[in-house]
Amino acid sequence: MIKAVLSGDMPRSSVLALVLGLILICLALAPFLFPGVRTVDTAARICVFIVLVASYDLLLGYGGIVSFAHTMFFGIGAYGVALALTHMGRGFDAILVGAGAGALLAAALAFVIGLFSLRVRAIFFAMITLAVASAVAVLVSQLSGLTGGEDGLTFQTPRTLGPAFKFGDELFGVKLNGKLLSYYVVFLGSLVLFLLMLRVVNSPFGRVLQAIRENDFRAEAIGYRVVYYRVAATCLSAAVAALAGSLYAIWLRYVGPDTTLSMEIMIDILLMVVIGGMGTMYGAVIGATLLVLAQNYLQNLMGAAGSLVEALPVLPQLLDADRWLLWLGVLFILSVYFFPTGVVGRLRRG
Amino acid sequence: MSMAPEHAPTMARLSLAQRLAPWMPVLLVPLLVVAGLLAIPNTSSWLTLTVSGLAMGMMIFLMASGLTLVFGLMDVINFGHGAFVSVGAFVGVSVLLMLGGLTGAPSLALNLAAMGLAVIGAMLATGAMGWAFEKVIVEPVYGHHLKQILVTMGGLIVVEQLIIVLWGPEEIYISRPEALKGAITFAGAALEKYRLVAVGLGLVVFAGMRWTLRRTKIGLIVRAGVENGEMVQALGYRLRLVFVGVFIAGSALAGLGGVMWGLYQEVVSAHMGNQAMILIFIVVIIGGLGSVEGCFIGALLVGLMQNYVAFLEPKVALISNIGLMVAILMWRPMGMIPVVKAK
Repeated sequence: MIKAVLSGDMPRSSVLALVLGLILICLALAPFLFPGVRTVDTAARICVFIVLVASYDLLLGYGGIVSFAHTMFFGIGAYGVALALTHMGRGFDAILVGAGAGALLAAALAFVIGLFSLRVRAIFFAMITLAVASAVAVLVSQLSGLTGGEDGLTFQTPRTLGPAFKFGDELFGVKLNGKLLSYYVVFLGSLVLFLLMLRVVNSPFGRVLQAIRENDFRAEAIGYRVVYYRVAATCLSAAVAALAGSLYAIWLRYVGPDTTLSMEIMIDILLMVVIGGMGTMYGAVIGATLLVLAQNYLQNLMGAAGSLVEALPVLPQLLDADRWLLWLGVLFILSVYFFPTGVVGRLRRG
Repeated sequence: MSMAPEHAPTMARLSLAQRLAPWMPVLLVPLLVVAGLLAIPNTSSWLTLTVSGLAMGMMIFLMASGLTLVFGLMDVINFGHGAFVSVGAFVGVSVLLMLGGLTGAPSLALNLAAMGLAVIGAMLATGAMGWAFEKVIVEPVYGHHLKQILVTMGGLIVVEQLIIVLWGPEEIYISRPEALKGAITFAGAALEKYRLVAVGLGLVVFAGMRWTLRRTKIGLIVRAGVENGEMVQALGYRLRLVFVGVFIAGSALAGLGGVMWGLYQEVVSAHMGNQAMILIFIVVIIGGLGSVEGCFIGALLVGLMQNYVAFLEPKVALISNIGLMVAILMWRPMGMIPVVKAK
C-alpha cells in the first residue's frame, strides 16, 4: 500500500524514513500541534515550497537542466489565481480557472523557451531563463494596471476558506474556521502534487530523463529524442510550479513580486534542492523544511550570536541576521563540492 | 538504362545575397542604426540615442568579453561573472571618493588621472579576485556544466553578501568627475561627454583585444585553444596557465566595465552585477558563445536596440532585448558567429 502510494521509491534509510514521517505528521497536524498564526503560516509555506522544490528537482536533479525561471512559473500560477479571484468573484470556480490557466500558460511558456534553447545546448537554457525571468519580473512590476505593480494584489478567497467562516466550535482548543480549511486545502494539494511528482520520476519517462542526465549522447543513440524529453520535463515542471504558486496565493490571499517572483526565492529554491539532495524527491522535503525553518528561526539565533561578539571588528557584520544568505551561500558551494547528493544521499549511504 | 542527367556547370558569380551572408552579423549594426534613423523622426535625437546606445553597448562588451572568452577556451560557464562587475564598481567608486580633490577640480587631466587610478584599482582588485575565484570555485568543477552553474551562482551570492558586509547595504551615489559632466552639442544633438569617453574606451579595448588575439603568440595559442584545446596541449603548451591568464584578464575587464557602468548610472549597489548579468548573457548568446567579435556586435545591437526602443515605446523596451535574442536565435540557433569546436 505505502509502496504503491510512493510509486515504489521507498526512503531506503531508516533515519530518512523517520525524518520524513515526522515531517509528514507535523505538517498534517500543524494547526493542532503548534497552534499560532506564525507557526501555521510556516507550515503552509513549507508545504508549498516542498512542491515547488520537487518540481524544480524534476528539472535539475532528474533532467540535469538548470533553470532560473522557476519563480516565474510559480508567479504565473499565483497571479493566475489572484487575477481570477479579483475579476470573477470569490468562488471555487475562479480558483480552478485561475490555477488551470496559470498552469497552462506556464507550460506553454516553458515549451517556447525550451524549444528555443534546449535544441541547441542545455546551458543556453540557464542563461535564457535568467534573462526571460528578469524581464517578466520587471514587466509585472510595470504593468501596475493589471498586476498591481510593486504593491501586488490583495484579493478575497471563497468565504469557506476565510477566518470568518465557522463550521464547529473547537477541537483540541483549535477554532474550527475557514483558515483551518484553507490550511488543509494547501496541505492536501501539496501532498497530491508531491506524490504526483514522485510518480512521474519513477515512471519510464523519469528513467529516460535520468538516462539523459547521465549521458545525453548515449540516450540519443539508443533512440530517445533527447529534446522531446527535456522539453516535456520543462513543461511538466513549469505546470507543477504554477500549481504550487496557486496554492500559495490561496493561502496568502495576496500576491506581489517579492513573494512570488523575486530572485531571492529562486536562490532559496536552488539552496533547498542542493542541500536536500538533487535527484531525490525526498530531498525536496528535507531541503524545503530545513530552509524555511532556518529562515524563520535561524535568523534570530544569528542575531543573538552577532550581539555576543559585538566588541570585535568585522565579526558582528558577518553574523548580522541579514547576512545569513552569506553563510548559506558558503554552505551551498560546499555541499555542491562534497555532498552533491545532499542530506538524502548522505542518509541513504550511511 | 536511363540517360545520365544533363551536366550543366554554372560559372555564374555568387549572387549578392550569397556574398553578403558571411558579413551579415557585421552589417546588422549599421542596418539597425539606419532603421533607427527611419523610425525616429528627429535627426538630432537620433544622433543622441545612437551615441548613448553605442556607449551602453561598449560597456556591456567590456563586461561580457571575459565571459565569452573563458567559455570558448575552457568550456567554463561562469554565472558569477557579475560579481566582478559589482566588485569593480565598488572599488572604483571608493577610489574616486577618496580622490575627491582630483575629481572635483574642473581640469580634464586631473579628472582623467583620477578615473585612471580608479580603473587601475578596480582592475587589480577584480583581477586578483578572478584568480582566487578560479582557484577556489571553478577549478574543482571543470568539465561539469551543471556543477559549474550551481557553484559559480553560489560564488555570486557569497561575493554579493561580502560586498554588503564591507561597504554596507545602502547604494552609493557618485557623481562623475567634473570635466566629464554635461554634454557637448554637435549638429544640434546633445552628446554626453561621458558617453563619448565610454565609446572611445570601448573601441580601444576592442582593438587591443583583437590585436592581442590576432597578432601575438598568446593570442594565437588562445585562438587555437578555442578551436581545439587537446591539440594545443599535445603541442606542448600549458593551456591551463593560459586559461588562468584569460580568466584573470576577463575578470579585470569586467571590473573595468563595472567602474564605467557604475559611473554611467551614477549609483552602485551590490545587486548591480546581477542585473548586468542579464544583459551580458543576452549579448553572449546573441554573439555566439566563445566569439569575441560576436560579443562586440551583439553588445552594440543590444545597446542601440534598448535606446531606440526606449525612446519610441518605453514599455516595450523591457522585452525588446529578449525579442532581439529570439529573432537572432531563430535565424542562427548558435548565435551570430558560432565558434566551431573540433571536439
